Amino acid sequence: MRGLSGWGNYPVSQAQLLAPRSEAELKRLITESPSVIARGNGRAYGDSAVGVPTTLHMRHFNKMISFDATTGLLVAEGGVLLGDVISAFLPRGWFPAVVPGTKFVTLGGAIAADVHGKNHHKDGSFRSCLDWVEVMGPDGTVRRCSARENSELFNWTAGGMGLTGVILRAAIRLRRVPSAWIRQQTTPAANLDAAIEIFERSADATYSVAWIDCLAGGDKLGRSLVMLGEHAGLQDLSYAQAAQPFAIPRASRRTVPPVFPSFALNRFSVRAFNAAYYWAGARKAGRQITGYDSFFFPLDALLGWNRIYGRKGFAQFQCVLPLDSARAGLRALLKAISAAGQGSFLAVLKRLGPQDSPFSFPMEGYTLALDFPVNRRSLQLMQDLDRITIAHGGRFYLAKDSRMSRDTLRAADPRAAEYAGMRQMSGLHPSFQSAQSQRLSL
Amino acid sequence: MTKSPVLILGARSDIGLAVAHAYAAQGHPVHLAARNAGSLETRKTDLELRHSVPVTLHEFDALELEDHERFADALPELPGIAVSAIGFMGEQGESENSPAAAVQVLRSNFEGPASILAVLASRFEQRGSGTLVGISSVAGDRGRATNYVYGSAKAGFTAFLSGLRNRLARKGVHVVTVLPGFVATQMTEGMDLPEKLTAQPEEVARAITDATAKQKSVVYVRPVWRLIMLIIRNIPEGVFKKMSI
Ligand SMILES: Cc1cc2nc3c(=O)[nH]c(=O)nc-3n(C[C@H](O)[C@H](O)[C@H](O)COP(=O)(O)OP(=O)(O)OC[C@H]3O[C@@H](n4cnc5c(N)ncnc54)[C@H](O)[C@@H]3O)c2cc1C
Repeated sequence: MRGLSGWGNYPVSQAQLLAPRSEAELKRLITESPSVIARGNGRAYGDSAVGVPTTLHMRHFNKMISFDATTGLLVAEGGVLLGDVISAFLPRGWFPAVVPGTKFVTLGGAIAADVHGKNHHKDGSFRSCLDWVEVMGPDGTVRRCSARENSELFNWTAGGMGLTGVILRAAIRLRRVPSAWIRQQTTPAANLDAAIEIFERSADATYSVAWIDCLAGGDKLGRSLVMLGEHAGLQDLSYAQAAQPFAIPRASRRTVPPVFPSFALNRFSVRAFNAAYYWAGARKAGRQITGYDSFFFPLDALLGWNRIYGRKGFAQFQCVLPLDSARAGLRALLKAISAAGQGSFLAVLKRLGPQDSPFSFPMEGYTLALDFPVNRRSLQLMQDLDRITIAHGGRFYLAKDSRMSRDTLRAADPRAAEYAGMRQMSGLHPSFQSAQSQRLSL
Repeated sequence: MTKSPVLILGARSDIGLAVAHAYAAQGHPVHLAARNAGSLETRKTDLELRHSVPVTLHEFDALELEDHERFADALPELPGIAVSAIGFMGEQGESENSPAAAVQVLRSNFEGPASILAVLASRFEQRGSGTLVGISSVAGDRGRATNYVYGSAKAGFTAFLSGLRNRLARKGVHVVTVLPGFVATQMTEGMDLPEKLTAQPEEVARAITDATAKQKSVVYVRPVWRLIMLIIRNIPEGVFKKMSI
C-alpha cells in the first residue's frame, strides 16, 4: 500500500499499485481482487485512476500492433501514449484525430475519459476516431466492441472512466497532416462577449481555444486571447521548414523543482502573471507559424508543473454549459471567481460541438476549465461554481474532478444514475471501482 | 546514411527492450536475441511500427556456450554495436543453500555474457571496428552479504569487460561497461527500492546510447552511484564485516 493520487496530487488515497505484464496476469488480478481500476499515465487530476485498494498500472501494455498506411488505422495496446503515436507517425504525415492538452495520456485513458481536443466543435470527442475497443470484463473475458458490435459496451466504455472494464487494445484513426506546424491566429478579446463572438464566427476553424484572464473584472470580465489553428501546408512554411515539414526543432524541457515554494503562488503573483500573459499575447496578436507541440501541448514542455501548487496539491474545475445559457453562466462563474480573488494560472475556454454519447462529458456549448491550489477557500469557491453550473444546466468533467459530491453530480447529470444502474445490472459494479466512483456512487 | 545494426543480447529483459527502442529511435536496425525468440514477434512489430527500422529475431541462449560461434555466424550481418543485457539475479538465500542455484547465477551473469562477447570481440577485432556494451552492476563493486553471489558474478564480468577494453583499445573496438544501480524492472518488481536511487529502463538505455556515441568506458547510470560505491569500497574490511548493508 502506498499513497496514490492523480495529476493534481489531491486527494491522496492508500492504494496498491500492481503492474501486470500479460493478459493472463491481468485476468487473474481482475477475477481475484475484490475490485480494481485501471490506471493509464495518471493525468486525470483527481482520484479516477486510484483503486480502492487495487490499481492496475497499464504501462506494460504498450505495444503498437498494426498500422494501415492507406487508411491511417492504428491498432495499439491501451498503455501506449498519444505522445508515442505522435513520435512514430507524425514524421510519416499522420496525427491523432483528437488530442487533449497533454500528449502524456494513454490510449486507455483517452478512451475512458473520451477526451476532447481543440477541434471538438468540428470533429467531436475521441470516440469519433475509434474504430473498436477491446475490453476485459469482470470474468476476464475480452470483448471487442464498436459502434456496430457490442455497441452498448462501446458506448459506455468511451467516457466510462474505466468502470466498464480494462481497455486492452483499440483501433484509432489518424488523420493526414501536411506538416508538423500549425498556422496560428491569436486575437485578443476585450471581454467575454467579444470572446464568444470570435468563437461563433470561427466555427470553420479546425482548432480553437481561448486563454482567459479570470481575475479581470468589470467591463474586462472574461478578457481573453482566442487562438485558432490549422495544420500548416507547405505554402505556409518558410523555405527551410518546407524542406523538412515534419522536423521540428525540439523544445527544451524544463523541470519544476520538486516542491515549488508556496509563497510564490498568491493572488498577487497570479494576477500579475495573468495580466502579463494577456498583454504579451495581445502584443503578439496576429498570425504565426508554431510547432504542434507548443500549440497543442504547451504545458508538456514544463515537466512536473503540477508541483508548483505545493504539497497540498490542486484541483481543477471544469464544466460545460449548454449554448443557450452559456453566456449568462460563464458571466456568473467568472464573477464569482474574480470576486473571490482566487485566480488560476490556467483558465481555458472552449467552444464544444454536439455530442450524444451516453456518458461522455462534452455537450454543445462552452467549457471553462481552471486550476486552484487546494485550500479551504478554493474548495468553498468551487462549490459555489458547482451551484452556478447546475443552475445554468451545465455538467462536470469527471477526468478533472477530485472533490465533487454524489449529489452534485446527480443534480447536474441525470446520466450518472443511469450509468450506475447499468453497472449494477450488468455486474460491473463489484469488479471495477475507483476512489472517484465510490465518492460519486457510480 | 544507413546506421549500423545493433544486436541486443537478452532482448526480452526490460533493459534490453528499452535499449532496442533507444537505438531504433535513432534509426539503427535491430537484431533481438533471446531464448524463445519467436515470442518476441509482437515486440518486433512494435519496434518496426514505431521507428520504421528493420528488426530481426534470433534464438539465443547465453548458457549454451557451444552454440555461440554458430549464433554469431548465423546473424544476417556482423552488427556495429552489440549490447549484453543478459542477467539473472536469483535469490541470495537459494544461492547460499543450493550450489546448483548459485552456479546458475554465476553462469548467467558472467560465463554466458563473457562467452558471447568474446566471440563477437574477435570478429569486431578482425573487422577493426565496433562497440561492445556490457551491462554489469554496481553490485560487482563490492561483495555484500545480501547478494554476493550475483555481485561476484558481476564483479567477474566487470573485470572481463575492463580487460577486453584494454586489449581492443588499439584495435578500433570500443568496450563500454554500464553500471546501473537499482532499476525498476521485472527483476526488481516487488522489491522496496529507494525511489530517488532507482532508474527506469529508459534511463539505462539513454546512458548506453550516450556512452556509445561519446565513447565512454565506464558509466554509472545515475552518477550518485559512483560516489556511493566509492564509499562502500573504501570501508575497511574490519568495519564492513560488522555492517549489514
Ligand atoms: C495538462 C493537462 C491537460 C489536459 N487537457 C485535456 C483536454 O484538453 N481535454 C480533455 O478531454 N482532457 C484533458 N486532460 C485530461 C486527460 O486527458 C484525461 O484525464 C485522461 O484520461 C488522462 O489519461 P491517462 O492515460 O493519464 O489516464 P489516467 O489518469 O491514469 O486514468 C484516467 C481514467 O482512465 C481510466 N483508464 C486509464 N487506462 C485505462 C485502461 N487501459 N482501461 C480502462 N480504463 C482506463 C482510469 O480508470 C481513469 O478513470 C488534461 C490533463 C492534463 C494533465
